Amino acid sequence: MSIRTLTLATLATIALTGAAAARDQIRIVGSSTVFPFSTAVAEAFGKAGKFKTPVVEATGSGGGIKLFCAGVGVEHPDITNSSRRIKAIEVEDCKKNGADITEVKVGFDGIVLANAKTAQPMKLTLAQVFLALAKRVPVDGKLAANPYKKWGDVDPSLPNRKIEVLGPPPTSGTRDAFAEIAMEGGCGKAVGAKEADLTGSKCHAIREDGAYIEAGENDNLIVQKLIANPGAVGVFGFSFLYQNADKLQGATVDGTAPTFEAIADGKYPLSRSLYFYVKKQHVGVIPGLHGFIAEFTNDRAWGPDGYLAAKGLIPLPNKERGEVAGQANNLAPLRM
Amino acid sequence: MTDAPLPIASPRRPNLSRRRARRRAAERRFRWYGMAAIGFALLVLVVLIGGIVRTGYGAFLATEIGIDVAFEAETIDPAGTRAPATLSDANYRTVLRKALAGAFPQVTAQRDQQALMGMLSSSADFRLRGMVLDNPSVIGTTQRVWLKASADIDTLRKADDIAVATTAGAGALQLLADGATVTLRAGPGAFTGLFADLAARRPDAVTNGRATLGSHLPGYMVETADGGLLRLTSFTANEATGDILLAPEAAPAQWFTLIVSPPEGDRRIDDRELAWYRALDAQGRVRTVFNTTLFTSADSREPELAGVRGAVVGSLLTLVICLLLSFPLGVMAAVYLEEFAPKNRWTDLIEVNINNLAAVPSIVFGLLGLAVLLGFFGMPRSAPFAGGTVLALMTLPTIIIAARAALGAVPPSIREAAMGMGASPLQTVLHHVMPLALPGILTGTIIGMARALGETAPLLMIGMVAFIVDVPGGFTDPATVLPVQIYLWADAPERAFVEKTSAAILVLLAFLVVMNLAAVILRRRFERRW
Repeated sequence: MSIRTLTLATLATIALTGAAAARDQIRIVGSSTVFPFSTAVAEAFGKAGKFKTPVVEATGSGGGIKLFCAGVGVEHPDITNSSRRIKAIEVEDCKKNGADITEVKVGFDGIVLANAKTAQPMKLTLAQVFLALAKRVPVDGKLAANPYKKWGDVDPSLPNRKIEVLGPPPTSGTRDAFAEIAMEGGCGKAVGAKEADLTGSKCHAIREDGAYIEAGENDNLIVQKLIANPGAVGVFGFSFLYQNADKLQGATVDGTAPTFEAIADGKYPLSRSLYFYVKKQHVGVIPGLHGFIAEFTNDRAWGPDGYLAAKGLIPLPNKERGEVAGQANNLAPLRM
Repeated sequence: MTDAPLPIASPRRPNLSRRRARRRAAERRFRWYGMAAIGFALLVLVVLIGGIVRTGYGAFLATEIGIDVAFEAETIDPAGTRAPATLSDANYRTVLRKALAGAFPQVTAQRDQQALMGMLSSSADFRLRGMVLDNPSVIGTTQRVWLKASADIDTLRKADDIAVATTAGAGALQLLADGATVTLRAGPGAFTGLFADLAARRPDAVTNGRATLGSHLPGYMVETADGGLLRLTSFTANEATGDILLAPEAAPAQWFTLIVSPPEGDRRIDDRELAWYRALDAQGRVRTVFNTTLFTSADSREPELAGVRGAVVGSLLTLVICLLLSFPLGVMAAVYLEEFAPKNRWTDLIEVNINNLAAVPSIVFGLLGLAVLLGFFGMPRSAPFAGGTVLALMTLPTIIIAARAALGAVPPSIREAAMGMGASPLQTVLHHVMPLALPGILTGTIIGMARALGETAPLLMIGMVAFIVDVPGGFTDPATVLPVQIYLWADAPERAFVEKTSAAILVLLAFLVVMNLAAVILRRRFERRW
């Protein structure tokens, strides 16, 4: 290969890049929790054959919203997935850059604490979860570094096993939700927490003395580690428990087991809503965007018997599903 | 040196031979340490690769189920036009449903039929459509079509972790059906074996001589010679009641008791699906074949439909861009720095910086790519073009360093001889030094490329860590690369992706082995030693 051919080839590829300005493919960014569901819809949508299969990136909820709100135009994504509701400050950012958005609530996700089926099932309360995992806990009315080494130390009703929890790292949305719902919720119920001035986001800190092990986010490795180590408890999204129900068992929290039904009707305390946001200006410009929303909000996808339920998404109640679908398909503007 | 014998001190020192023995022992020990180190490294490698192969080999096999499909003209093409649009839009799920109903006529409830469909991959109707579109003459015929099984059935067949213990039953079996439940009688003590087994395993399931079963207990079933299958719900030593999984004849000639473990609650497959699977298997309608899908399709959310083709093509496109940019630039930079540049503070500074650049974490190049390539030059997101450019920046220092080393290894006598014959400095370098240095440069380039092939971090920032179903057709199409595919599959909740992950690692390893082998061969073939 002579140098001349190389130069020519390079120039040709650069010319090619310039030509591809228009986009005929939906681009989706955002939460890795919504990723398995969003990709399943994208694939079904692409298989129907009318449009190209959308490209879905797992950037995390925050990163996705940042990309999404950066502006209007083909170089910006059309949809962002989020495992939490968009924040007011992010909506401001979107407005500033000219993007009008529609919110679509797609369903629920439970955060489960699970261990191997070979081990004794765990029956936990939120307060126990907090006491076992918090960095600082109230001891005799004073705040102290977490002294509990065994579950049995937290509460005599729990097994006398070392506290060993595999959970998501601080970068993950699941961890944020766990801190917000489980840690903060447990903190409110723990005896003596309020007196020790432990409220709100002060309860979010998780201990760093080795009892809580950061083990990747939603990862099959966690499942394998739990099976190999029956003493350990894992924290992850419900879909992993659902797919591995033959090997793992979910701990009951405040007396409720993490089942499909309990999460759907809100009995199970550790659940959160999942969303995606659509940029209205892109509808009609990017081919198929409207069709994608219709596919996602079709009962064949997000209904109780839909293919997303088979992937572990917990569907919205029937009534709410109808309302959300109506709003989504009419591209109703976001109301905070 | 002369050949005169070394003067040896005499008389000999008495401990000389002892010291020599000690020295030799030290030498032997040293060698032994080296061998032990290599042995340990090999052992770790064998364990690692062995582990990957053990989990991953299953992904190269796929389970198929043979279904007799009637391609009825009324369903597919009622007007008889054979127009491609009609054939393409026909409802092949109905065709499939009817075919499955033909295989299991007893399954009539809508929910059960849906579960039956679930045993096949969700792509099965697309397969039928493809058959009809390829060859419309199949309409009106009935054919045995081998369809891909769903991931759960595939895993069931591969893992083979459901143990079924079969014992022949004694006495004539009487079945008294009452709706969906059946009472089984076969003379006194017919179920003693089962009863003893359960009482030994789970004494808590037995009260007053009657065993009550549930999904947390192993499955106790009765199979008849004609293929009927009954799941017992409760039994005593003499009599049992159960549900019909597959309807048997009224008075079966021969019967067997089955003990199925693990319990239904501890499996992905329920008893009914297991019954269907066993029935199909008994009829020879389940087979294991080489999984070509792994190499012919791109990513999918259904494990049985996912393949590495998209990622392999994406990796190739990315590497082509990376090579086209980094090789010429790297070699030119190296030639200038090594052969022409004056030695001064500036070139020293450049050299230090190049060496530093080689050690910069790769994610930094990704951030650079995001800010400069995507932000400033407006390159498309997720495209191999942007990815290749980022990887080229990352590979450049490696190539420059390797190329400079290769050029520096060419002895000065070559240059002096060329100059002495009247060649210009440019001619000297291009005609004499470069050809001798090229094998070394290429080796360095290939090793740099192999590193680029394994990178994910810089690609994260420019959007190549994405779910992409279409195989990329050009440098600006959205694409992903092999290591990213491995990462995405490792993250997927579906169990069957575990083996897919390992299989993708094997494919990546094969790529790396080929590239490194090429580097070794190039070196062996063309390298000159002085």
